[in-house]
Amino acid sequence: MQLIKPDTNIDFVGKRKLALIVSAVLILIGLASLTIKGGPDYGIDFAGGTLVQVQFTEDTDPAAIKSALSGIDLGSLVVQSFGDNQNEFLIRVENTSAELQGLSAQIQSALEATYNEGSVDIRRVEMVGPQVGKDLRGKGLKAIFYAMLGILVYISWRFEFRFAVGAIIALCHDVLITLGAFSVFGKEIDLPIIAAFLAIIGYSLNDTIIVYDRIRENLGKHHKESFTFIVNRSINETLSRTLLTSGTTLLVVLTLFILGGGVIHNFAFAMLVGVLIGTYSSIFVASPVLILWEQRKKAAATEE
Amino acid sequence: MSNSLKLRGGLVVFCLLLSLFAMAPTLMRDSLPQWWLDTFDPIHLGLDLQGGMHLVLGVDVDKAVESRIDTVIDQTETQLREKDIIFKRIERRQGDRMVVLIYDEEEGVKVDNLMAESYPSLEAETITGVGGYIEKHYRLGDNEIANVKDYAVRQALETMRNRVDQFGVSEPTLQRQSGNRILIQLPGVKDPDRAISLLGKTARLEFKIVAEDVNVQDAIAGKLTDGTQLLYERNTNRATGAVTETPLVVYDKTVLTGDLLSDANVRIDTRFNEPYVAIDFNAVGAKRFDQITAANVGNRMAIVLDDTVYSAPVIRERIAGGSAQISGAFSSQEATDLAIVLRAGSLPAPVKILENRTVGPSLGQDSIDKGIKSILIGGLLVIVAIAVYYQLSGVVAITALVLNLVFISAMLSMFGATLTLPGLAGIVLTVGMAVDANVLIFERVREELRLGKAPKLALEAGYGKAFLTIIDANLTTLLAALVLFQFGTGPVRGFAVTLSIGIIASLFTAIFVSRVIFDFFLQGRNVKRLSI
Repeated sequence: MQLIKPDTNIDFVGKRKLALIVSAVLILIGLASLTIKGGPDYGIDFAGGTLVQVQFTEDTDPAAIKSALSGIDLGSLVVQSFGDNQNEFLIRVENTSAELQGLSAQIQSALEATYNEGSVDIRRVEMVGPQVGKDLRGKGLKAIFYAMLGILVYISWRFEFRFAVGAIIALCHDVLITLGAFSVFGKEIDLPIIAAFLAIIGYSLNDTIIVYDRIRENLGKHHKESFTFIVNRSINETLSRTLLTSGTTLLVVLTLFILGGGVIHNFAFAMLVGVLIGTYSSIFVASPVLILWEQRKKAAATEE
Repeated sequence: MSNSLKLRGGLVVFCLLLSLFAMAPTLMRDSLPQWWLDTFDPIHLGLDLQGGMHLVLGVDVDKAVESRIDTVIDQTETQLREKDIIFKRIERRQGDRMVVLIYDEEEGVKVDNLMAESYPSLEAETITGVGGYIEKHYRLGDNEIANVKDYAVRQALETMRNRVDQFGVSEPTLQRQSGNRILIQLPGVKDPDRAISLLGKTARLEFKIVAEDVNVQDAIAGKLTDGTQLLYERNTNRATGAVTETPLVVYDKTVLTGDLLSDANVRIDTRFNEPYVAIDFNAVGAKRFDQITAANVGNRMAIVLDDTVYSAPVIRERIAGGSAQISGAFSSQEATDLAIVLRAGSLPAPVKILENRTVGPSLGQDSIDKGIKSILIGGLLVIVAIAVYYQLSGVVAITALVLNLVFISAMLSMFGATLTLPGLAGIVLTVGMAVDANVLIFERVREELRLGKAPKLALEAGYGKAFLTIIDANLTTLLAALVLFQFGTGPVRGFAVTLSIGIIASLFTAIFVSRVIFDFFLQGRNVKRLSI
């Protein structure tokens, strides 16, 4: 079976202006959302706070839970349903006082007063102090920074510096759009999401390198053709692999997204966006950057 | 069969057998002999999967420095009095310095000499203060402060370890983290609130003499005479269980501390049929207890734990033998926990909970079930897609994929790595990406076949050309995973581990194992057409 015929020759490179507009629009939407909301929506891992996951034996809704908890002074309080269940909720409180051990017990007894005794199960309690949150945020940013740096060095060594620049631009593009998608859909950034971002970086890079590898090979084979032609040909030659691998990865990420349960839900969402954007960027961002670099070099050479 | 193929086939079979051997304890723990379980542990599950408690505690090291200065002040005060050196006041300032207020230079020299002799490590400084007094400042050196802080954290860790051991949790983890932080992981802990109260208690046990001549009402109004302090006595009504607090004024000076304990046990008071904690002093403590009780017959002695008075019995006679009891209408669990913390020793400084993640066992099981379901269904979808697309060659890739999963599980068990929920996600992700290597190879083989090459040659060329591409692509992902491992914490680290293991395993199965399978089926045959 074949999805892409061997002699397929789609003019990807010719559509790079359109791609530029699409990318710019996606990034701008993300940035606009981030600006309006005043930065990313951090979960308790990074912002600090307390999270209590409660399961009820009967279905209920956030408003009812809030009113059941109105007796305790919790400061700002957010109640969200967990996954698709109507009987499982996340209660998030800003409070991180030392008297915390009492908090989950207080919440449980307040809820049991409204619902029935024994119908409330506290399944998870997470408390992160503000200092720890700040440290974790720093560590997360450092991880992304060093990963990118390592990649830059590795690709410069195995390929050329311009390839490394193209790959890094594509990576920033992917992470930015995914970050924007999180903001637009109002999803919280937590520790596992940093892991997802790094997985996206790894995946997108994987994709980009395979196209680059083919460009490098074709550069040796076809001296006479223009650089633009070679890039386009390389994208076409690797197209069926790109689609197939993205397809299988999307299959499992979708499975995770649908079946993985609430805790893994946001992680899978990040991966879903990341895999789609990563595939797109290796064709429409990483490769055109190479062409742009080549054209500027030529322009500079003729000026001299 | 060629020798090379025998060798390579043998290696694959060996790896498979070893993996199954390593996985057995995870899959069928109960039916295996002991030596087998001793060789390979079952896969460790992270706290998010098996349920349990993850705590980060911060030791208030500044308090440790303060209390060190307080000790020096106590001892110096005694020494100054013994040597008849005249001074106005001695006090602690800014947490890390002791100040002695004196009237003239002559006494100042005596103080300096005394201090230089007793505490050579203190840095001295003289300031002529307001009102004609001379202030002698003694400050802990920076090195000394660092030592005190470091010691406080180490001792806190030691104390925590003692407490956790007595609490009875299987396979607890206690680690010192950067600075003044201590990480504690208690897998499968049943009562998280009890664990927190047990670990968080400073458990500073002090004995103080009650100042009977001071008016308690004045003290409450804020008028305290020098050398006394106001504490509250905790009383539990036996009938109703209601807790009330009674104010009590005691002398500042701690006559005896819990450091001199040798043992603490729960006993039952037969009069009220309620538990109390019996404590035994060591030799030094017993002697001091003897002296104190002898000197204070008729007075009341307050037993103070973390600034709360538990009881204040009247000393009726001199008590030799070095035992005492702490009663206070405890429940039997309260008494047990009190005995535990007293036996384990007090913390050198108070601790604060900086991070607490507690996952109930039911949620953990849910996560495992959903994770495994995702792997199975995701894997099945990939298998169908690959089989449809590459036919028989696809079956080879699928075999490699299944082996990949087996190897990943085996490596997790062999390296003693911890499987977390993001780690499970990492495995699912590897399943998706593992086929990539085979896809790359197969697409290359198809290209070579289109150029008119014979199947065997096309395979040869396909594997050869795809090899470097695969290595480049996977090494960069591995790089990202390693960075993640370095900077990640807890569950994120688990993700980095399974991702790294997954990449290594998939390189092996996709490049090496799948090739062995091809060679095995193609050997000695003149194949005209490749099912790819």
